[in-house]
Amino acid sequence: MDRSSHARSRRIVPVAAVAAAAALLVAGCSSSSGGKQSEESGSAASAGKAGTPRMTVAMITHAVPGDTFWDTIRKGAEAAAAKDNVKLVYSSDPNAGNQANLVQNAIDQKVDGIAVTLAKPDAMKDVVAKAKAAGIPIVGFNGGVDDWKSQGLLSYFGQDETVAGEAIGRKLSALGAKNAVCVIQEQGHVALEARCAGVKKGFTGKTQILYVNGADMPALKSTITAKLTQDKTIDEVVTLGAPYALTAVQSIADAGSKAKLATFDLNKDLVKAVQNGSIQFAVDQQPYLQGYLSVDSLWLYKTNGNYSGGSEEPVLTGPAFVDKTNVDTIATFAAKGTR
Amino acid sequence: MTQTTAPATGSPSPAPPAHQKDGRTAQRPLAIRLLARPEVGVFLGAVAVYVFFLIAAPPVRDGSSMANILYQSSTIGIMALPVAMLMIGGEFDLSAGVAVITSALTAAMICYQLSMNVWVGVVVALLVSLAVGFLNGWMVVKTGLPSFLITLGTFLILQGVNLAVTKLVTTNVATDDISDMDGFGQAKKVFASSFDVGGVQVKITIVYWLVFAAIATWVLLRTKYGNWVFAVGGNKESARAVGVPVTFTKISLFMLVGFGAWFVGMHQLFTFNTVQSGEGVGQELIYISAAVIGGCLLTGGAGSAIGPVFGAFMFGMVQQGIVYAGWNPDWFKAFLGVMLLGAVLINLWVQRTATRR
Repeated sequence: MDRSSHARSRRIVPVAAVAAAAALLVAGCSSSSGGKQSEESGSAASAGKAGTPRMTVAMITHAVPGDTFWDTIRKGAEAAAAKDNVKLVYSSDPNAGNQANLVQNAIDQKVDGIAVTLAKPDAMKDVVAKAKAAGIPIVGFNGGVDDWKSQGLLSYFGQDETVAGEAIGRKLSALGAKNAVCVIQEQGHVALEARCAGVKKGFTGKTQILYVNGADMPALKSTITAKLTQDKTIDEVVTLGAPYALTAVQSIADAGSKAKLATFDLNKDLVKAVQNGSIQFAVDQQPYLQGYLSVDSLWLYKTNGNYSGGSEEPVLTGPAFVDKTNVDTIATFAAKGTR
Repeated sequence: MTQTTAPATGSPSPAPPAHQKDGRTAQRPLAIRLLARPEVGVFLGAVAVYVFFLIAAPPVRDGSSMANILYQSSTIGIMALPVAMLMIGGEFDLSAGVAVITSALTAAMICYQLSMNVWVGVVVALLVSLAVGFLNGWMVVKTGLPSFLITLGTFLILQGVNLAVTKLVTTNVATDDISDMDGFGQAKKVFASSFDVGGVQVKITIVYWLVFAAIATWVLLRTKYGNWVFAVGGNKESARAVGVPVTFTKISLFMLVGFGAWFVGMHQLFTFNTVQSGEGVGQELIYISAAVIGGCLLTGGAGSAIGPVFGAFMFGMVQQGIVYAGWNPDWFKAFLGVMLLGAVLINLWVQRTATRR
């Protein structure tokens, strides 16, 4: 019978496909090295749970979604929220106007506290004032070290980008570098420009700036290679984010350059690179700590009336240097994605 | 009757001598005919940019610099090819930039999370990429909506899915390093190796780019499928009327973009070992620019596969050339824009001059 055999063969196809897939699974398609199976299972930092009444905290950042740095901030905030019995509402938008709207949204929701980044302080001014008028305690973190106090925020957690840049610059001078190139992955970004300006200030040698496209890794890699070829005297590359540093390692090899590499920010792959010496050192502003302290300080303010930093001085979370001397301690935490 | 010039029907008119031309089929000089080809304008533009930087930026004269410029051009160019073919076919794909990252993320997560040989991830990623292309094409054909809208939708969906799924699966926003897994070395050889030519390290993507361009040119100019592409881009209804399988052609073109996204995605994964889920946004415009600079019309029906090769080269050349020249970086984007606009204007001028009667 023609028809039934057709029907049967039609049924056979998916069955065969599944069988083939299963066979593939069993028959040695699995990897004997790497992969999740070999991943260390470590539990995240946890300090029990507070018995205080449930409160809601809104965290509003200027992050571009999908960036490992901001993910670490959020993890810190979530850890603190879990510990403090806080409901955390996280939102972000790189556009300053949209970020201000998100703050307004939090005010409308009558949250118990707001943690906000002031990457573009002027755009946030009005809405911060509204939050204060509505009686919502508001802390700043990560961006806005020059403006948090004048806008009347409760506390500030972060690093001073210029100070951090200067620290890198001084360290480079001490290590004997002469000609550094500072790689900015987003032209016109205030904090990134401030970092490179800081490097220039602290460094006794020559500092050049190079702009690259952070959304296109092959282009970024080629551009750094091009720069190292154009100026053979460059002996130090400074990148402003962990993924860019890891790509720059390849650029240096491609260009046949002897330049060393220093970077801002950390992630678990970068820790390995510091361990094997392909990256000289990293400056960590401890994003986990920024997220954690922002939430925790709002909880402390609500439950115990505490003012972190006395509402007078910023609470600095960086720059913390990570190099060969201390990288092994940090590696275990970085593997969990919290450093 | 005021008819004076038209020959009356039936009146015996002497057959025109074979060598006499009526002006409509006049043979124009070879040079002009060449210039009228869509890719010649961009070729001259590319040459102009190249010569400019040869003079302005001494490091460009070095072989390894050229290899570096060509490498960046190739990662744009491999995607610009299917994007250009799709544009010739009268459609648009805004999801092409993030689709590259989707493919890389899929491969990385499948093999890492299931602890599989990386080739399993590579194959699954190919299927996912082709499926995304198929869905794009299928929705465009079935709804008849502009592909601009449909693929804007997929662009946003993919952008969100890239982030959300990566976060769900890995609890991070980047994939885990897969460089120590089985099969990685082989896959790296295929997608991301380099070889030595006279002391210069040449990335394998450059070879793929040129091979793909040659295949695409052959397909467009010498095969039935190539005719279909031009036909559906020129006029869908008349194409359908003469028996061109419009649905098949359009969907397959979208799937071709999916294939390109997979290929470039694999290259990125095996070059950088991990992928950040937020990358790729904005790249679609660069692919489309390379195709348009390369002489593909935004309205469809015209273009070539070799034009986008020069378009992509021009992009890579200008972007890296500025760095090789060591110019003030504050002006970087402005330089890029001026150079590209200048090149496009040369392109336009050549075309106008060449097609003028």
